[in-house]
Amino acid sequence: MLLQHAATAGAHPLEGTVASYVWLLPLLPLLGFVLNGLLSLTAAFRFGPDDPGADHGTDAHPVAAHDDTGGGAHGDDHHAVQRHRYAGLVSLIGPGVLIAAFGLALAIFLAMRGVGEMHVPFVQRYFTWMPVGDLLIDASFQLDQLSMVMVLIITGVGALIHLFSVGYMQDDPGYPRYFAYLNLFVFFMLVLVLGANYPILFIGWEGVGLCSYLLIGYWFSEKANSDAGKKAFIVNRIGDFGFLIAMFLLFANLGRLDFVGVNAAAGQLAFGGAVITAICLFFFLGCAGKSAQIPLYVWLPDAMAGPTPVSALIHAATMVTAGVYLIARSSVLFSMAPVAGLTVVLIGGLTALFAASIGLKQWDIKKVLAYSTVSQLGYMFVGVGSGAYVAGVFHLMTHAFFKALLFLGSGSVIYAMHAAYHATHSHDDAQDMRNMGGLKKYLPVTWVLMWAATLAIAGVPPFAGFFSKDEILGSVFLRATHSTLADARWLGIPGSVILYFVYVMGLAAAFMTAVYMTRMMIYTFHGPNRTGEKEREHLREAPWIMTGPLVVLGVLSVIGGWFNIPAALPVGPIGALERWLEPVVGESALRVAGGTLPEATHSLEYSLIGAAIFIALAGIGLAFARLKPGRLVPKAQAPAEHGFGRVLADKYYVDEVYDAALVQPVVGVSRGLLWRGLDVGLIDRLTRLLVQSKDDDASPGAVPMGGWLTRAVGYLGSQLQSGRVGTYAWVLVVGVLFVLGAFSFR
Amino acid sequence: MLAESLFFSAVLFTIGVVGVLTRRNAIIVFMCVELMLNAVNLTFVAFARVYGVAGQVFVFFVMTVAAAEAAVGLAIIIALFRHRQTVNLSNINLLKG
Amino acid sequence: MRDFLLSIHYDYWILPTLLAIPLVGALLVLFTGRREPEGTDEVASGAARGPRVLATAVFAVEFVLSLGLWWAFDPVYDGWQQVFDRRWIPSWGIRFTLGLDGIALMMVLLTTFIMLLASYGSFTSIRRKARSYYALLLVLTTGMLGVFMSLDLFLFYVMWEAMLIPMYFIVGIWGGERRIYASLKFFIYTMVGSLLMLVGIVYLGTHQPVTSVNGVMTALPNFSYDAALNTAQFTQRGALWLFGAFFLAFAVKVPMFPLHTWLPDAHVEAPTAGSVVLASIMLKLGTFGFLRLAVPLFPTAAMQPAVRTTVLVLAVIGIVYGALVSLVQPDFKKLVAYSSVSHLGFVMLGIFALTVQSVQGALMVMINHGLSTGALFFLIGMIYERRHTRLIDSYGGIARVVPMFAAMLTLVSLSSIGVPGTNGFVGEFLVLLGSFRTTPVLSLIATTSVIIAAAYLLWAIQRILFNALDKPENEHVPDLNRRELILMAPLVAGIIWLGVYPAPVLRRMEVASEKFVRQVESKSAVRTATGGR
Repeated sequence: MLLQHAATAGAHPLEGTVASYVWLLPLLPLLGFVLNGLLSLTAAFRFGPDDPGADHGTDAHPVAAHDDTGGGAHGDDHHAVQRHRYAGLVSLIGPGVLIAAFGLALAIFLAMRGVGEMHVPFVQRYFTWMPVGDLLIDASFQLDQLSMVMVLIITGVGALIHLFSVGYMQDDPGYPRYFAYLNLFVFFMLVLVLGANYPILFIGWEGVGLCSYLLIGYWFSEKANSDAGKKAFIVNRIGDFGFLIAMFLLFANLGRLDFVGVNAAAGQLAFGGAVITAICLFFFLGCAGKSAQIPLYVWLPDAMAGPTPVSALIHAATMVTAGVYLIARSSVLFSMAPVAGLTVVLIGGLTALFAASIGLKQWDIKKVLAYSTVSQLGYMFVGVGSGAYVAGVFHLMTHAFFKALLFLGSGSVIYAMHAAYHATHSHDDAQDMRNMGGLKKYLPVTWVLMWAATLAIAGVPPFAGFFSKDEILGSVFLRATHSTLADARWLGIPGSVILYFVYVMGLAAAFMTAVYMTRMMIYTFHGPNRTGEKEREHLREAPWIMTGPLVVLGVLSVIGGWFNIPAALPVGPIGALERWLEPVVGESALRVAGGTLPEATHSLEYSLIGAAIFIALAGIGLAFARLKPGRLVPKAQAPAEHGFGRVLADKYYVDEVYDAALVQPVVGVSRGLLWRGLDVGLIDRLTRLLVQSKDDDASPGAVPMGGWLTRAVGYLGSQLQSGRVGTYAWVLVVGVLFVLGAFSFR
Repeated sequence: MLAESLFFSAVLFTIGVVGVLTRRNAIIVFMCVELMLNAVNLTFVAFARVYGVAGQVFVFFVMTVAAAEAAVGLAIIIALFRHRQTVNLSNINLLKG
Repeated sequence: MRDFLLSIHYDYWILPTLLAIPLVGALLVLFTGRREPEGTDEVASGAARGPRVLATAVFAVEFVLSLGLWWAFDPVYDGWQQVFDRRWIPSWGIRFTLGLDGIALMMVLLTTFIMLLASYGSFTSIRRKARSYYALLLVLTTGMLGVFMSLDLFLFYVMWEAMLIPMYFIVGIWGGERRIYASLKFFIYTMVGSLLMLVGIVYLGTHQPVTSVNGVMTALPNFSYDAALNTAQFTQRGALWLFGAFFLAFAVKVPMFPLHTWLPDAHVEAPTAGSVVLASIMLKLGTFGFLRLAVPLFPTAAMQPAVRTTVLVLAVIGIVYGALVSLVQPDFKKLVAYSSVSHLGFVMLGIFALTVQSVQGALMVMINHGLSTGALFFLIGMIYERRHTRLIDSYGGIARVVPMFAAMLTLVSLSSIGVPGTNGFVGEFLVLLGSFRTTPVLSLIATTSVIIAAAYLLWAIQRILFNALDKPENEHVPDLNRRELILMAPLVAGIIWLGVYPAPVLRRMEVASEKFVRQVESKSAVRTATGGR
């Protein structure tokens, strides 16, 4: 009953429509990358290199003692005030290819809707990538309902963010380089979601990690930024290790790596067996890396060192959702491994709660959002892990809207703060909420839109987040009694216990989400302004190129949830997304649910919804009641944290623990034991028995062996060359006697 | 008859070997070498008496070689003497390595 | 194209021509250039122009001629191609036989390609005795090509030794401060192994079947490869010893842990082009030796569980150990040298895991490593010529000053790390995937090196390219000039091309790989996981 092989069904209904241009989708941003990259390098060649440290050290964090010896004109206070020479061209190409891609995506979407029910994916093969023996990996794309949803999100939200960046990055000396990397990212992300087999997906998977590295460390003159980029890549690589092992296991057991083939052959594996569980767990290790779950989430908060639009696109809307997409794509596999499903659910829930708690005590506006993202990703994994694939993808979609809005909104805020500090030559932190306050007077549009996003993320109806979050929590609750997961055991604990536990954690995290998001809004926009007398005059709303996309995202944050209204609230299209994704994940969802989808009575449904709304409103209310923005002081004068608040603010010291327990020992052992001890100390010393080493001072403290063995043997040999005829004669005679003796004693 | 001849040759040969090994004067060493060669000649002649004339042919070969070698060797000794003013073998170790 | 080549009887003359041209070129180079007094900078005085232009021209001709092999080679024919066979020393059964299979084909192309670049890349770094240098490079080429092409064991050995001497001189004369130590170490390590191999070769050549020669039963010596493969006589125990002899010779060259310590010294002290040739080609000779000689000639010995497991474990140790030690190197060149140990570990893993995927992967790693590490060494050489230091800590933030260099270094590093889309991924992926079928645990351990590889390279290039530009001496470093860009362009193109479309290369090597796996499997009765599902 698994998905049939596409090739056996005859010509696909999408053949011959605009969908056959699906290959153009990634190619457009790739073209943007090439053009923008060439512009960047040509400019560097002709006019001198750009000076990425001159403008910002970080988003707006001041750079301390700083040398400006790069090219480019400099205004006062080490800021380049001259736009890049090719900025106009880049502003057309960068967003332009994205808008074109979105247009094409829309057209393909309409074509897909036009063909009605599509039960098999549309696979286009371009060439053979790795043909080796019985392994056949093609470069091919797969277009189905799931990839379509992802493509629309990527190109749509991506286009908006590109437009925003035109305004946000306008004075940056590395303007073309920025857009080149951003375009390249979209290219890789599209390859990821369009790939028809795991290796192609992996190209996109690692590619987005690469672009993340390049963009986080975009202002690389600050060591902190480069460190953050490197950390992101390496932690991601740990996840990639898991992805690779999962692929190897798949091939070793099923002989296939393309989605259609794997789904068809998966039935050969034992349900819930060691092999399928191992495959899923290793895939999830990859997800934990890419989508920042425990224990590999540590790179995401550091990634805020990159430009804010990058945080919006990569670390909110798209790249980090790749893990969720992977599980949805591999739904057939995951639905056969309940233990793996429980693991995903559990870790997702724990991450949601854990990250939300850290968000309660962060002062940097972007860090709040970063931990919020980690938390919301946890929700998505709770969804897909429990077999509610549609719910997880739904939340992915709504989250893309409101989180991108939140990040871009914070970008507007930071832009305004930065401009204010720039005008007064202040070096204060433009991202710290303690330096903000009362900004609703100066940035009213941003204020309203961010409230829309906050209500969405908190889960207040009728905003988008409510529907998706409610669906996830509701699904978990229902599956606690009615699914293969509930029947399984996780390390001895019954699955239903785990699922109920996760439900409770989800509620708690929802509460905390409402609290910290409202906290953020209060401290940033409400209450008295702490920015400073002189700066206040310069605070103003961002230009329309930046606010425009915010408005669009705001609208989507409001109506985005109306695509998949639950049956209990018949106020709009019921389950539209569910029906859309049914051909891809429907079967797997059924398998997890044990044959029939769990039905909730309307009263149960209403009480679940009621609980969710209550939690959200309670959180907002608590925040308004308990938090006094008037009592805050600007960051420079703020007192240090103490008590448990300090633990939260210092993020439970996880980074420090990792460093002490993993990084330092590995480096220390490598340096002390492996290199100095083994290589130089032992092996080389043995070598020096043979090779002269009078002038060798490679390692400190090594005793020069002086080619001992060679010299010794040489000395013995030289004794034979006495130069005396008499000796030679003796030797001759002895030899002859020896040979004669040997012959006679034969 | 054969046994006695062989015994005699062996004795001569041994005297020659001992001489080569123990004497220090180069010319004496040469004389001992000649003694060894002639001992071998005697052996060949003795065998020729029993096994055929081929042995006597060998004697001619050996005598020729001995003569040539004596000439060359003595020339070397003279050159050596001119250079070193001595023919004491224990002092000549130019080829020491 | 194929028809054109057939019409000029390309197959017949190409291989000996490829061997002869460098030798003739070397002779000619010795006549060019002025004789300058000791110690003059020959590049500045122009005395180096003659030798280097002539040598590069010769290499260019060589490369273009060898390109024809790409089309002339028949991917589906199972047997030696472009065979050239002449009597040489008949009484010893030695013939001058050259021939190619898929594996050797790729190695030959890699060699001619890299040597051309090495010559072009030495233009400004070799400033004295230029004539001798370029002549030695040419002779070295003949030696290396000969090793790949020879189908006669004696010829193989002659060519093997013929490579050592030019390399010894190149490192010893034009190298860095501790060059004598490094070249001597390199020479002795390799020589010891080679002598053991000679014993093995002689044994194989002389222990051929007994036939009647003029009524006397003698074993006619026969040093041809096919004879060694099919008719050599030795016992089981003898096979073990013989395999050990060959193993040692090649294991030093690979280099396998723990015989690898000559490599960091040789690489660091060698001149740029010397390092490039050493890394890109000479290291492949070790693994090529395993593929061509050590394993196919003695499959039972090689695949004995104790032997096989030991080799696999040593390979994985090399992978992880090389990566870990790279992490803590202060000298960038030494870092790359240790990373070579790590990469070549992949090749050994692939060969001894004995599946078609792992062997093809091993071959791809050999090619890819040649391109990526060669490119890395070129880049290191370029920055060294400007700043005369290889210590990572002397740099910092130079991406602002040399953006082109930064872009190249980043791309090549990504290839070395094995990011999909670059060539490095294809090889490593295939090796790990293939070896997972037969040795899952070791393959898993080896996969962890992808994490460490990212760590050591990204950390290194961060300290060089990124971070603050805090040292004044780095502020005016000139970016890559036109010659250097032309030099890097084909390498970058290769990196991307082989990452995106490796199928043609894989196709040409497939028959040889499958044959290797099949023969070793059947002769040693090892149960491995090949065949379709």
